[in-house]
Amino acid sequence: MKYIDEYRNPDLARGILKKIEDGVTRPWAIMEICGGQTHSIIRNGIDQLLPDQIRLVHGPGCPVCVTPLETLDRALAIASRPEVILASFGDMLRVPGSRRDLLQARSEGADIRVVFSSLEALRIARENPQKEVVFLAVGFETTAPGNAMAVKQAEREGLRNFSELVSQFMVPPAMRAILSSEEHTIQGFLAAGHVCTVAGYEEYEPIAEKFHVPIVPAGFEPVDILSGVLRVVGMLESGKPGVVNEYSRVVSREGNPGAKKTVDEVFEVADRQWRGIGVIPKSGLQLREKFSGFDAAKKFDVVNIQPEESPFCRGGEVLQGIIRPDACPVFGSECTPMKPLGAPMVSSEGACAAYYRYQGRA
Amino acid sequence: MSIESRCPVPLLKHETIQMAHGAGGRLSRELTRKVFLPHLGNRCLEALDDQAKFFLEAGMVAFTTDTFVVSPLFFPGGNIGDLAVNGTVNDLAVGGAIPRYLSAGFVLEEGFSLAELERVVKSIANAARIAGVQVVTGDTKVVQKGQCDGMFINTSGIGVVKKGINVSCSNLKPGDRIVVSGTLADHGMAIMTAREGLSFQSGIMSDTASLNGMISKILDEVPEVHAMRDPTRGGLAATLNELAGASRTGIVLDEAALPVRPDVQGACELLGIDPLNVANEGKVVIAAPAENAEAVLRVMREEPGVSGKDAAIVGEVVDDHPGMVIIRTVLGSRRILEMPLGEQLPRIC
Repeated sequence: MKYIDEYRNPDLARGILKKIEDGVTRPWAIMEICGGQTHSIIRNGIDQLLPDQIRLVHGPGCPVCVTPLETLDRALAIASRPEVILASFGDMLRVPGSRRDLLQARSEGADIRVVFSSLEALRIARENPQKEVVFLAVGFETTAPGNAMAVKQAEREGLRNFSELVSQFMVPPAMRAILSSEEHTIQGFLAAGHVCTVAGYEEYEPIAEKFHVPIVPAGFEPVDILSGVLRVVGMLESGKPGVVNEYSRVVSREGNPGAKKTVDEVFEVADRQWRGIGVIPKSGLQLREKFSGFDAAKKFDVVNIQPEESPFCRGGEVLQGIIRPDACPVFGSECTPMKPLGAPMVSSEGACAAYYRYQGRA
Repeated sequence: MSIESRCPVPLLKHETIQMAHGAGGRLSRELTRKVFLPHLGNRCLEALDDQAKFFLEAGMVAFTTDTFVVSPLFFPGGNIGDLAVNGTVNDLAVGGAIPRYLSAGFVLEEGFSLAELERVVKSIANAARIAGVQVVTGDTKVVQKGQCDGMFINTSGIGVVKKGINVSCSNLKPGDRIVVSGTLADHGMAIMTAREGLSFQSGIMSDTASLNGMISKILDEVPEVHAMRDPTRGGLAATLNELAGASRTGIVLDEAALPVRPDVQGACELLGIDPLNVANEGKVVIAAPAENAEAVLRVMREEPGVSGKDAAIVGEVVDDHPGMVIIRTVLGSRRILEMPLGEQLPRIC
């Protein structure tokens, strides 16, 4: 496939690996922010191929993993109402809420549909005027434009039976939070390529400067990831951190202005709870007052739901790169992809699930 | 003189299935005479007895059953009818049996289009003709609207096991080569992209096909084959994990050798699905001693009709890591190929 095969070319990958081996003189810890990159790293065994000095730390860039339990409990409460059709990305269906997951709710009679975009949820709303259609709007900068667009479109069409349960996250504030934590060990970042496609990478420049870390927007194929690592290692070794774009085939410095404008029209920046991490100031999006009629949390009055988190899951520390998934005491024993205690074990992008699936079990 | 011409009620006046079509009365008879017999007719079926009676040559008999609930009923490359015949035929064939006779049981939803039912029955007839089997007994029930998704079909099948053949999923031996008969994940991705809610178009076609012709030739030329399976639900990942587990051996796959069509690969990438977890309906996986693997491959590639041109040797059976399937990636690293978890849940970004 064009634009994919060349970035999976084993000879090219081996050439870059050789350059990394030649260039590295000391141990470095590099975090890949995005769960999609974690998935690709583990799937392709890139961590096995890198020299021992380089430790890849899996970051919090998986919306399934960081969507707080209370959002799931709210979704479950809403989905259980007879007049509701809940539309969600497939991954969210298996994420455990306090007591059950959406798959279980579906088997108990809730009308829950898997969609691939918010616009499909909108179509369901159009086709079922007698029903309330709620879209579980989770994601990072990548899904925000589509989710914003759906709200705008619903308003334009007067679709009052459509609403979104919003759990939108933003990457740069999370990077700041990680770098500000005393426990962190991260020396460089691979920034999430698709997030940068929308948001650009201007915002990373002050972070790189303030915290003295190299930040490299990178893609998802082996050659992309290895090129990113090579660039980060180069900057670390030379002591000259900065922001360098290794995903220039889709990422520009300013991102996608049209998408950013749509997001800004519909959403405003807000403090956001990250599952396992806690509240990160100004790290999320919420619907602007003007669009509050499309806010499912308000529409269905599910604001006061108290979640019950598993006391054993250490997913939060995994997401911040403080421990490796297999260092969690319940990893692979009480907590497996079949019976996840925390979200990182659910998503194929979750660090725990990726470890379990591709690196063998404890 | 036919009964039909004397009947005062015009036949097939209804364009859709009524509850009475399953009630055993006149409409049931009409359905049989007008829809099923003209397409599927054979001596056994036409007797309209409550059972089929036939002779089988002496020897070991293979017997299997499968129920088909696919949605949508019609998809690129086939429909529930082809699937119901090919699935059962293949389940017999991979046991080393020559499929002979099938039963077909239909559960129809009230209001289902008779024209569409006829389309499905024609496909059943056509698939049975290609596979060289006869549908010799059947049944139809109708349930109220909303109680089934258009139509469900159960088929059972009987075949005669070829003499001297002993294939079993517990027969894998270290050193065996793993051969697949063509591209992977075509059926599952055809369904996924055709299913309501997936708004992109693709030209991906289901691979539904009967494999008994190909398998019979393979067994004639290479009776040494150790194991055969059709990698349906759960895809190649589930099948190989089952074989490795049952045989207490390991399997090492070569990622670069796995045949996947570019458009199927593309759809999988887009949806975040691993093609190795996706269903096939016209492919067989064979474990054969190393010295026979090329012969198996040759027969597959020569087979007309079934797309065997992409057949490939994709891995081997090893002593190490019993019960576990390992993939050697294109980059030279290794990862575990897990038993798929269940429902395919696409990644979201």
